[in-house]
Amino acid sequence: MSLFSKQDNQEKDSTKKVKKSKGRNHEYVVVMYLFLAIFVGIILYYIYFMAFQRDTFINNPYNSLQNLFGEHVVRGEITDCDGNVLAKTKVGENGQETRVYPYENLFAHVVGFSTNGKSGLENVENFELLRSHEFFLEQFADQMNDEKSQGDRVVTTLDLSIQQTAYNALGSCDGAVYVMEPQTGKILAMVSKPDFNPNTIEEDWESVSGEESTALFNRATQGQYAPGSVFKMVTLLEYYREHPLDYMNYSYQCEGGITVEDQTIHCAGNKAHGQEDLKQSFANSCNASFSNIGLQLDYQKYKALTDSLLFNKDLPIDFISSQSRFALKESDNDFMVMSTAMGQGKTLVSPLHMALLASAISNDGVLMRPYLVDHTENADGIVVRTQKPSQYGSIMSKEEADFLEEYMLEVVNTGTATALGRDGYDVAGKTGTAQVSDTSDTTNSWFVGYATKEDQRTVAIAVVVERNNENGVSAVNVAKQVLDSCF
Amino acid sequence: MLHLVSLLSKYLLVLLLLLYTYDSFHVFAYQGKDKLQRHVYARQRFYMFFIHFVGFGLLFLKEYNIQIIGFYLMQVILFAAILAIYRFFYEKTSELLLNNMVLLLMVGMVMLTRLNFDHAWKQFLILIAATVVSLFIPLILAKNQGFRNLKYWYYGVSIIGLLLVLIIGAVSYGAKLSISLGPVSIQPSEFIKILYVFFLASMLREDVSFTNLAITAVMAGVLVLILVASKDLGSALIFYLAFLMMLYVATGKKQYLFLGIVFLVVASVAGYYLFSHVQTRVIAWINPLSVIDDKGYQICKSLFAIGTGGWFGLGLNQGLPNTIPVVEQDFIFSAIAEELGGVFALCILAVCANCFFMIINVAMGLKEQFYRLVALGLGCVYGVQVILTVGGAIKFIPSTGVTLPFVSYGGSSLMASMLTFAVVQALYIVKSDESEKAK
Repeated sequence: MSLFSKQDNQEKDSTKKVKKSKGRNHEYVVVMYLFLAIFVGIILYYIYFMAFQRDTFINNPYNSLQNLFGEHVVRGEITDCDGNVLAKTKVGENGQETRVYPYENLFAHVVGFSTNGKSGLENVENFELLRSHEFFLEQFADQMNDEKSQGDRVVTTLDLSIQQTAYNALGSCDGAVYVMEPQTGKILAMVSKPDFNPNTIEEDWESVSGEESTALFNRATQGQYAPGSVFKMVTLLEYYREHPLDYMNYSYQCEGGITVEDQTIHCAGNKAHGQEDLKQSFANSCNASFSNIGLQLDYQKYKALTDSLLFNKDLPIDFISSQSRFALKESDNDFMVMSTAMGQGKTLVSPLHMALLASAISNDGVLMRPYLVDHTENADGIVVRTQKPSQYGSIMSKEEADFLEEYMLEVVNTGTATALGRDGYDVAGKTGTAQVSDTSDTTNSWFVGYATKEDQRTVAIAVVVERNNENGVSAVNVAKQVLDSCF
Repeated sequence: MLHLVSLLSKYLLVLLLLLYTYDSFHVFAYQGKDKLQRHVYARQRFYMFFIHFVGFGLLFLKEYNIQIIGFYLMQVILFAAILAIYRFFYEKTSELLLNNMVLLLMVGMVMLTRLNFDHAWKQFLILIAATVVSLFIPLILAKNQGFRNLKYWYYGVSIIGLLLVLIIGAVSYGAKLSISLGPVSIQPSEFIKILYVFFLASMLREDVSFTNLAITAVMAGVLVLILVASKDLGSALIFYLAFLMMLYVATGKKQYLFLGIVFLVVASVAGYYLFSHVQTRVIAWINPLSVIDDKGYQICKSLFAIGTGGWFGLGLNQGLPNTIPVVEQDFIFSAIAEELGGVFALCILAVCANCFFMIINVAMGLKEQFYRLVALGLGCVYGVQVILTVGGAIKFIPSTGVTLPFVSYGGSSLMASMLTFAVVQALYIVKSDESEKAK
């Protein structure tokens, strides 16, 4: 290295401790390399930051720099997968800009709003929307005339017709519908009610954001619901893992409830299911039988399974979402173990999370990362950036996924979801009727599953209808309408 | 229109600095070919005056303020004067080190004028003073041999200075850094860094017996502890690492280096558990976004600036660097990255690294152990300071609140940096004289 000047004067004085063969400047070279390594480290870290962490910081709502781009760029459009415009900016004659949402409440949560703060895709994709990749001569001309360039268009994976169907199917009920493609992770629909009109968010702000209102809250990804019987998928998988060879020999005599230490868990409507094997217990959604199973499980393994199924973790999505909770402790009493096993207890989940689970089951155990943006393109439609499907990883084995599929098909064929699966496509799923809490009569209706038609796509779905004990709407019916619109 | 001009000119600025940086490393290939080297140095001066011109041109176009033109012309005169003075008074100056210094000063002046005109003006006045002072350094140092024997003087002044700060220092951002003398406030630790290096060099130049090393370590340790007590962690780290490097070079024992680093890790962990302000910085380092409302605010703002600026920057005057707290001092690097781009900022880092290598190069060329250690120590002080400020700004390491020499705003920092380089340039004369004698 020519940097280091060579001075080979052998001196006798002060450096006698240094071995002569190393030369007098040996230590200086070491110091130089030490610092060189740190300088290189800093440069590599800088490159790493720009490559992998930059977007997180750019898109952070606290980053006031984003909005600087708005001074030279007209905020881009957001469209669904077929080019239907979900959000656009209208520029008035005096240059005044208004953000318009043609479908009003329909995409309120997923597309979000960009005044009064930002939410949904308007928030996550803010930076993309405020960048312009117009042809450079066009941009040049804009700059010369002091005009704004048109920002890039964000093309989502959402499907207007599925979203519309889901929205209508929920009707006036509160709840959420989430639909995705298990093989790619594309999110097709995301509905949450109650909702709001993003066009008038400024005027409505006080009523929408007030303490009484939960309209801004995206129930599909942030909702924390008791899973009810939907959670039996997890308990079932754990039982299968602990009894890989003899699970088919399981048998239980259901008398409409189970009592341990003076506390009773009832089956729905106190119905006695009689003699059941494992598959019938699952298809009938038998609380007594699953409580019985719960008592036989190994706590550590059960807990480890829920960890690997993404409980108590951030879900792998670039969108606002909440963690699901599995809070059973080893010290909890039998009643809590039984409640948890059949879907009550302290467990809380989001529709997004349950759909991810169904999605992995349909995909041989492999979970694809869910995503909302298919690509961004410039105003002329030339693609700037494409999102490719990416794997989160395998959260269960193919064998286990096949096992769950077989059981979930049984639910539709003979169990609690026979309303489904008679429309030219196959459905596997699990229903649930979850008490809002152990002491409340209010229940939410659940459906989680997936549907597939030969030579066509598979879709995974999660539906929650709140207070179905009052409004009589069942999640299975909502799911049926949505799935019909998918095929 | 102006937006367009600054968009295009940012690429010009990046290109010019890339060429400059390339030359500053490539020039080593011409070792021994004086004529070629002189040619490269002249080309570098062209690049840097061009960068300075473009920078101030953009600043003028923003406001059409005639003051800016006047200020620019004064700076051109001063920088030309600095270049001339060094080449006259420091007969055998390292032109590369000189060019680097002036380039960093120029970039600093452009950024400071953009951030705060009044501060830039103050900085300019201090720069004039520092230039005058540095005229005398070679005269004093090169002709006088007594400096190696003043160890107790160096130490006495150092300890009194640091104690003064600890006792009557003004608190800024939780640390005691400066003392006020009437209208001016100075940061003694900036100057004491130089004295401290002289102290260590005079202690370690001959006697590397264990007793003497232990005495030196204890004396240096006291200074470091005073800095820790003042919560000036950046300086404490600089002092410690300078000691460690000088100890290693003086003794030639890798064990000391190794033990010193182990000790540093242990002390850092202990510091984390003992002091809440250390915890604050570490938390802000590990996950700044989670504490963005208070502890992580500054580093987040810095990372927003760097990230949003991208590789080519938003263009001078097109960003919001003033939203970063203490941007002119500790986070000037982020402001550069935001507006002039990541490539430009990394080139600045490379130029700083180049300065460090040049200083160590000077050290290696010297014969007398005292001067070798002085050069090495000053080089390490400079290098660690660059690493701390740049590394802190990009979240490579926890932020410690130190300035980027020659670029950041701050009179003491600028004066001390000028002195440091002046001493090194003076040693360069010693070095050249020595090699002439050898012939």
